[in-house]
Amino acid sequence: MPKELMDGNRAMAEAAVRAGCRYFFGYPITPQSEIPEYLSLRLPQVGGVYLQAESEVSAINMVYGAAGAGARVLTASSSPGISLMSEGISYIAAAELPCVIINVMRGGPGLGNIAPAQGDYNQAVRGIGHGDFNLIVLAPNSVQEMADYTILAFELADKYRNPVMILVDGLLGQMMEPVEFKEEPPKQFPKPWATTGAKDRPRNIINTLFIEPEELERLNLKLQEKYEQIKQEECRCENYLTEDAEIIVAAFGSCSRIAKAAVEEARELGIKAGLCRPITLWPFPEESVRKAAQKAKACLTAEMNAGQMVFDVRMALKDRIPVHHYGRMGGAVPTPGEILAQIKKIEVQING
Amino acid sequence: MDKVIASRTKGLTDVPFHYCPGCAHGIVHRLVAEVLEELEIMEKTIGVAPVGCSVFAYNYFNMDMQQAPHGRAPAVATGIKRVHPHSVVFTYQGDGDLAAIGTAEIVHAAARGENITVIFINNTTYGMTGGQSAPTTLLGQKTKTTPLGRDKEVNGYPIRVAEMLSTLEGAAYIARTAVFDPPHVNKTKKAITKAFNTQLKGLGFSMVEVLANCPTNWNMTPLDSLEWLKENMVPYYPLGEFKVSEEVDRNAS
Repeated sequence: MPKELMDGNRAMAEAAVRAGCRYFFGYPITPQSEIPEYLSLRLPQVGGVYLQAESEVSAINMVYGAAGAGARVLTASSSPGISLMSEGISYIAAAELPCVIINVMRGGPGLGNIAPAQGDYNQAVRGIGHGDFNLIVLAPNSVQEMADYTILAFELADKYRNPVMILVDGLLGQMMEPVEFKEEPPKQFPKPWATTGAKDRPRNIINTLFIEPEELERLNLKLQEKYEQIKQEECRCENYLTEDAEIIVAAFGSCSRIAKAAVEEARELGIKAGLCRPITLWPFPEESVRKAAQKAKACLTAEMNAGQMVFDVRMALKDRIPVHHYGRMGGAVPTPGEILAQIKKIEVQING
Repeated sequence: MDKVIASRTKGLTDVPFHYCPGCAHGIVHRLVAEVLEELEIMEKTIGVAPVGCSVFAYNYFNMDMQQAPHGRAPAVATGIKRVHPHSVVFTYQGDGDLAAIGTAEIVHAAARGENITVIFINNTTYGMTGGQSAPTTLLGQKTKTTPLGRDKEVNGYPIRVAEMLSTLEGAAYIARTAVFDPPHVNKTKKAITKAFNTQLKGLGFSMVEVLANCPTNWNMTPLDSLEWLKENMVPYYPLGEFKVSEEVDRNAS
């Protein structure tokens, strides 16, 4: 299949169609609007439904209905819109329904701006809404990965009956790169629990209300068991030049591309730097981070936020080595030179 | 051999309602269930339960059910209906759910002509949380949060949902009925039947607003509450059909 030049938003939208997703419910917000715009034309071509809801609140509840009815269903939004969806996402997680939610992050807090940022890391990996639950969170760093992980997201959602979030930012969403779509058909999973009309079977009920504490605790324990299984089986991470690295730069998403350039420049200067890029932000790939830092004397997280991933990196490394942070906020994007300056500073600290 | 002349509808499960004695929810549940059974559409019906006293509706309606977040039942129903356009999808919602927190969802479901049926219980109060004022609470009516009576200067005016939605092009059938005596219970059943037939024929959005009592939170006996409903609610919330699109009438005749 020939490569196509596409922006990340449209690549995710097209990949969703190829994953067998036929339903999209959303609400316009920059910088993700290319996704609904693309699907408003594309989904009807394949017998699907594109519906613009009256709000993000409504959109996520349409997703809840469609997921309960057994469909592969997608919504997409950007930071403030995701906040509005958080109640509905909690219901979807509690009801153990599969769906895919794309967050093309923008600058925050508040209305913020429409420039790229990574300020929703904690929101995404710490459960997003009320109650004890987790999303599976995927953080691609190229247009090709955005397409590939969209298909993976639908498969993981169905496999674990859990909402999956693709966490990217406006930089990746708007950036154009060559992308190749896989020819192989996506994996399908039976959904005997779906509300399709109770013909020739007992009725199905999709519910998140459990008045008896012990009954609700049983649901919670079941969810925790599932999350433990996901932690065991689904951690993904890319380590680059880490085998002999003394300084590990940890970065995800678009910032990992910038950090990679900084690491390469550091190597040219003879500094043993390496890049550790978590791909699943939840579950956090603790083993891979530890492996990347085997010979490391210090770690630097480079993020487009105030250091939201630092806690997870410290937990993974059990505070064996210092974990520094360099970040830009409010939609500002760091340059490789800025990150390299931090690497050099740390190099002086550890090697004198 | 004895002849069976009446039996419990198969549209309801064989469990006792949790509703208070004298509450109208039981009657309206039965009417909806009977209509679905009589139209022979139980096997293709998916109901959506709200948040409020009828949150447990999924325990009672003997068919596939999904429970929705507060106010969002029309959005959840939209998602289900778009996936299964040939199924029958209904929501069962109270006035706090539909006329306060869920106004955006109900207005836009109606505006889209979403081919679903909404059963709307208007009893002027938040029953489940213990009798606070609702958007439908009448002026002067005392509730837990309008202890001196609803004051238009503070709380504004009660919303007439049926009239409001009937202005929307997408609404095909909108009626308001009440369940304070047997003739009106029968009229309510006829309206519910018409609403589901509207959906079955793909004509658009249908809603039956049912004026109902809440003896517990109104601090009345069931009989007194029915009298109060008739004397106070019906003058402000007139009964009748507010929107019957031409196609509904043509198909009904």
